[in-house]
Amino acid sequence: MSALLEIRDLRVTIGSTAAVRGASLSLDKGETHCLVGESGCGKSITALSVMGLLPRGAVRETTALRFAGEEIGHYGERQMERLRGDRMAMIFQEPMTSLNPAYTVGSQMTEVLRRHRGTPRAQAVDRAAELLARVGITAPGLRLGQFPHQLSGGLRQRVMIAMALMCDPELLIADEPTTALDVTVQAQILRLLAGLQKDLGLGILLITHDLGIVARVADRVSVMYAGEVVESAPTATLFAAPQHPYTRGLLSCVPVPGKVKRDEPLGSIPGVVPRIRPGFTGCGFRDRCAEATPACAGTIPRRDLGSGHEMLCVLDPGRDGKAAA
Amino acid sequence: MLLFLLRRLGVAVLVALTVLTLAFLLTRVSGDLAISIAGPNATSEDIETIRRVYGLDRPVWVQYLDWLGRAVQGDFGESYFFRDRVANLILGRMPVTLTLGLVGLCIALVVSLPLGILAAVREGTMLDRAVGIVALVGQAMPSFWLGLVLMIIFGLQLAWLPISGVESWQGYILPGVVLAFSAIPSLTRLTRSGMIEALSSDYIRTARAKGLTRFSILVKHGFRNAAIPVVSIAAVQLGFMLGGSVVIETVFALHGVGFLAWESISKNDFPVVQAVVLVLALIYIGLTLLADLLNAVLDPRLRTG
Amino acid sequence: MSGAVVTGSARRSLMRNWGFLVGAGIVGFCAVIALIAPWIVPYDPFAIDLERRLVPPSFMEGGDPRNFLGTDQLGRDYLSRLIYGARISMVIGVLTVITSGLIGITLGVLGGFYGGKIDDFVVFCITTRLSIPAVLVALAVAALRGSSFMLVVLVLGLLLWDRFAVVARSTTMQIRNLDYVAAAWCAGVSRWWVLTREVLPNIATHLAVVATLEMALAILLEAALSFLGLGVPPPLPSWGLMISEAKEYMFFEPWVIIIPGAALFVLVLGVNLLGDALRDMMGTDLSR
Repeated sequence: MSALLEIRDLRVTIGSTAAVRGASLSLDKGETHCLVGESGCGKSITALSVMGLLPRGAVRETTALRFAGEEIGHYGERQMERLRGDRMAMIFQEPMTSLNPAYTVGSQMTEVLRRHRGTPRAQAVDRAAELLARVGITAPGLRLGQFPHQLSGGLRQRVMIAMALMCDPELLIADEPTTALDVTVQAQILRLLAGLQKDLGLGILLITHDLGIVARVADRVSVMYAGEVVESAPTATLFAAPQHPYTRGLLSCVPVPGKVKRDEPLGSIPGVVPRIRPGFTGCGFRDRCAEATPACAGTIPRRDLGSGHEMLCVLDPGRDGKAAA
Repeated sequence: MLLFLLRRLGVAVLVALTVLTLAFLLTRVSGDLAISIAGPNATSEDIETIRRVYGLDRPVWVQYLDWLGRAVQGDFGESYFFRDRVANLILGRMPVTLTLGLVGLCIALVVSLPLGILAAVREGTMLDRAVGIVALVGQAMPSFWLGLVLMIIFGLQLAWLPISGVESWQGYILPGVVLAFSAIPSLTRLTRSGMIEALSSDYIRTARAKGLTRFSILVKHGFRNAAIPVVSIAAVQLGFMLGGSVVIETVFALHGVGFLAWESISKNDFPVVQAVVLVLALIYIGLTLLADLLNAVLDPRLRTG
Repeated sequence: MSGAVVTGSARRSLMRNWGFLVGAGIVGFCAVIALIAPWIVPYDPFAIDLERRLVPPSFMEGGDPRNFLGTDQLGRDYLSRLIYGARISMVIGVLTVITSGLIGITLGVLGGFYGGKIDDFVVFCITTRLSIPAVLVALAVAALRGSSFMLVVLVLGLLLWDRFAVVARSTTMQIRNLDYVAAAWCAGVSRWWVLTREVLPNIATHLAVVATLEMALAILLEAALSFLGLGVPPPLPSWGLMISEAKEYMFFEPWVIIIPGAALFVLVLGVNLLGDALRDMMGTDLSR
């Protein structure tokens, strides 16, 4: 089976912080893969690594970074430039500031097509209008001539999505695309992404900290903690039978109608995400974990629990311990 | 937006009137004009004559209103020394000064924009620090002295360029460079800080995610936004350059408005001095207005907001 | 905070110290020289010796070991004149900063503190001031009244207050709108108390930076005025005047203009370095 995107043992160091320490994940064509975790766990850095957009001073290492079957880990800036915006695209958390205030929506959208395909302006404009309509923007012709400051946040994010789709990418990375938006707009954008994925066969890597979003749209979930993917499973499996203590803790923090009783406090995970320096070994969660054992300071095995369920923990799967209360 | 520009225009007119008044006061409060005009060897009768001829025996407010009324119509009176209409004199000298100012501004922009962009792209490196040092040196350079030193080096030792005068276009190079030196530090620093801000913005990340070329990211998306404040400061700097032209034109013996002012000052030819102060102030006011307008043109948020 | 930022700021602080040390060194040196000038000059800076005119510095060909920096066109010892020139530059710089600072800070604080019509007036004053060509007006006044040392200080002081006013106004506004100052208002303290206890101490560092910039500008302008013959009158050895007087000989003896010009450049550079270091220091203090 050839995955659309395969990351093996990704490590990113920024200065004296190990931002990502051996994260692995894979994403199939037409699949929505959610990467969840608290802020600072390395999920955005993982996404930026794939795009080759890491900040200056960040060092990236991988055993394998394959895109559509091709190893791209060794690609230089020029080669990555050609991939970005063409075969892989990305949208960001900040729709208000992610568009250039000095250019019209149309100019920023057509630019992508002109750069990668050399499409003539008129055709590029047609394509842009078509995509604006596709992402649910009425009067696309009018919007093309407008500047970003004339659009609302929800509209801007739609423009960002349409812009990302200009070259028919195979992979769309969405970094918290709805966090900065109103709840109603959030739902619209998520529905839009789901629809696009079904119609266009996009592979979507969706980064979020919102488990509600995960439950709604994800085919598969990877949970990140302190720079590692601690558990990965099909969505239904993960919600039904979380194995890693951190995943269990995370799920217990979310109220589920019918399951959580009135007046019973929601779960919480004590402590904060530690800052991991290079050379750190063992499980990054052990200081906050109720089930920690001395073995947690050693090398943690990656365990395959069958049917695509993996976790990074020394504990037995299927145990019935109450996770981090 | 229109309202803003109208308001700015109103303020500009008010400032111009104030400068007009100040220019008048300048020559009246700082001593007896008649004595200054007459020179050190004049008798008290000469002074009386001058007073009558130039109308200095009238009450000050009559003189003021008279002068103001004429000045508004562009009539600055007659030069005591050159025996010509002041307006003609200034108009005749203006091309040299304007050319010099524009040459200086062009040199300054050609130097500071790339330097500022380079320093921003390589922020925190040796290159960035080197650019910072260039700006510091420019700021500390006495322009008249730099002019003399350049004259010695390029005019005398290497004999590449004329030492003074503007008979040929080469004559503008040295004074242009000296004038540019005064604007380079602020323009470079502004370009650098503007670029650093632009390059760290989210839309640059978007531009990179779109796979645009490095050049397009830096210039089309980065500099386009950093340029907005630079353009308005450049207009203001041009105003300062014209205002400071008296020093450069004297050093290089360029017969522009600044040189005219210096000649008139040393000849006690006050109508000319007054008029030059006024004209330079008006040009500055005009340039700041232009800067506001350019800002509105360049920044769609101002234009269509 | 990540490690990269820490090393970055450490390097910046090192650089800052480097700039600060050099700047403070230059300015301190000039200040000391200016103070003790009468006791350290090798010769009387005004003593004319027409027999020994334009003697090159002792380290150049044809130099005389008696005059380290040679003599000027009237045979006056160049080093002695240079030392007295430091005195003129420093005194003019400091006095101008005091005068312009008083005007600018008063206007700026008033505008920023009271706002409204008063602020409109202050902004109008600043705009008007900026549109007046300073050098030209200074020259004209000097020509009308006859140039003198005090006139230069007065004219420069009256012309260079704009940046003080701009900075004082904007920083006062910021502080005035801070929560704790608003709290003090509500607690019923007097305006004077807010002004002296909250506003002035907090804008002082910003104004110190402006002061260095204005001092550098004043020193440069004084030199330019003196160079044009309408600043400090001869025979006072202002560096600008020394360059002006030596101009005729510069094509034959370039050192006559290089020496005072270099002194001027180094002093102004020192003052600017000091200002930059001050600003950097403040920048990091504010970000903490």
